Amino acid sequence: MPRNPQLNANGELQHLLSIEGLPREVLVQILDTAESFAGVTERDIKKVPLLRGKSVFNLFFEPSTRTRTTFEIAAKRLSADVINLNVAASSQSKGESLLDTVANLSAMQADVFVVRHASSGAPYLIARYVKPHEHVINAGDGRHAHPTQGLLDLYTIRHYKKDFARLTVAVIGDVLHSRVARSLIHGLTTLGAPEVRVIAPLTLLPAGVEALGVRVCHDMREGLKDADVVMMLRLQNERMNGALLPSAQEFFMTYGLTAEKLALARPDAIVMHPGPMNRGVEIDSSVADGPHSVILPQVTFGIAVRMAVMSIVAGNR
Amino acid sequence: MSAPLPDAEALLPGLAAELRARVTPATAMIGLYTGGAWLAERLHAMLALATPLGLMDIAFYRDDYHQQGLARDPKRTTIPFEVEGRELLLVDDVLYTGRTVRAAMNELFDYGRPKSIALVVLADRDGRQLPICAQHCGARVAVPEGMRLRLKRAADGKLRLELERAA
Repeated sequence: MPRNPQLNANGELQHLLSIEGLPREVLVQILDTAESFAGVTERDIKKVPLLRGKSVFNLFFEPSTRTRTTFEIAAKRLSADVINLNVAASSQSKGESLLDTVANLSAMQADVFVVRHASSGAPYLIARYVKPHEHVINAGDGRHAHPTQGLLDLYTIRHYKKDFARLTVAVIGDVLHSRVARSLIHGLTTLGAPEVRVIAPLTLLPAGVEALGVRVCHDMREGLKDADVVMMLRLQNERMNGALLPSAQEFFMTYGLTAEKLALARPDAIVMHPGPMNRGVEIDSSVADGPHSVILPQVTFGIAVRMAVMSIVAGNR
Repeated sequence: MSAPLPDAEALLPGLAAELRARVTPATAMIGLYTGGAWLAERLHAMLALATPLGLMDIAFYRDDYHQQGLARDPKRTTIPFEVEGRELLLVDDVLYTGRTVRAAMNELFDYGRPKSIALVVLADRDGRQLPICAQHCGARVAVPEGMRLRLKRAADGKLRLELERAA
């Protein structure tokens, strides 16, 4: 069996490419480390010297605001130098290949590449070619994975629910196109959440999704019943044009989260969303801004989680 | 065979008495994880300090990160008081190279500018690599080559010094 491309010979995290295939200890290590970094982010001076002199390249081949910004903040709080590249607008449009772009940045003495790409697997390709002291962090690749989002979702759940052992988690919406859903589901099953449900119309579910260890529901009422955690996924507007959905209004009627449907979940349930939200499509404003919502804390936790991931990988050889 | 190690519990009253002489209303105590935190918990209680105890993990300030990587299980630093203007007692179990203390001082200054810092250790051993010394020290201990001196805490809370092979 080939070695896990994310781990070095000692089993330590060298690159973060996907939650799938990471041992439970590594996930717990990241979450525990993030908890200590959360303390740093509450101080007046929100900076530690770990990555002084290191260069972090934000390599986004696909647009992003939240993820790119929180990676940038995280790297700066670790004292790294951060270089943001809007690749779509430069080299790529001039025809440079992905590996040539990376080789050029490597010649500029990069230490960490944070990569977002529309093609699933692109960060794996880069990780195969970088030098031993260079590290790759997947910031979202195609429909495949978005591991730091999955980790910040796991962090948020652990923060509010303490433990995964008795949790019922409902993941609702466009699972088919969602790298966020895949990363979260792999994380939840690795950490031992006993019941993970996915709730979506058939047209927005990947074939064979049950193999991930989830229970499929097509009805919100069934799926939300006694849930501890409700994770809403973004319905990508572009999906509406195809044959997958009749209309945004109809989707909201059936799969949108309203206060009335949320009342079926446990009274202390938390509501999460990876953003950006489509209010009135997958989630009603009264829920997004309501007492169960932890959508903004997710963003804050994301900084500490990305600090943890960067400082763990950049310290390993 | 080297000299027997001092009894950690027996060193505590003397160390506390020494510290009591310098306690003022501005005094606060910070223990360094893990051994220093245990020691600080005991000294803090013996001195009945009004300010709550601070606990610090220096993992994010270590100078060997680029060789060793990030420590496996960094604890969260919690300093439940304003550092600005404090007379700080910084507590660690064993003073050896001095690198932990340097890292701790760097971290402390990210919280504020203390009026003073005094270093309190249970045991002082040879091997300093930095110009750092303890103001209050329970005992000097000769440690044989290749060995490490560590503080342990038993289930009943009793502290004891132990030698183990250096990794």
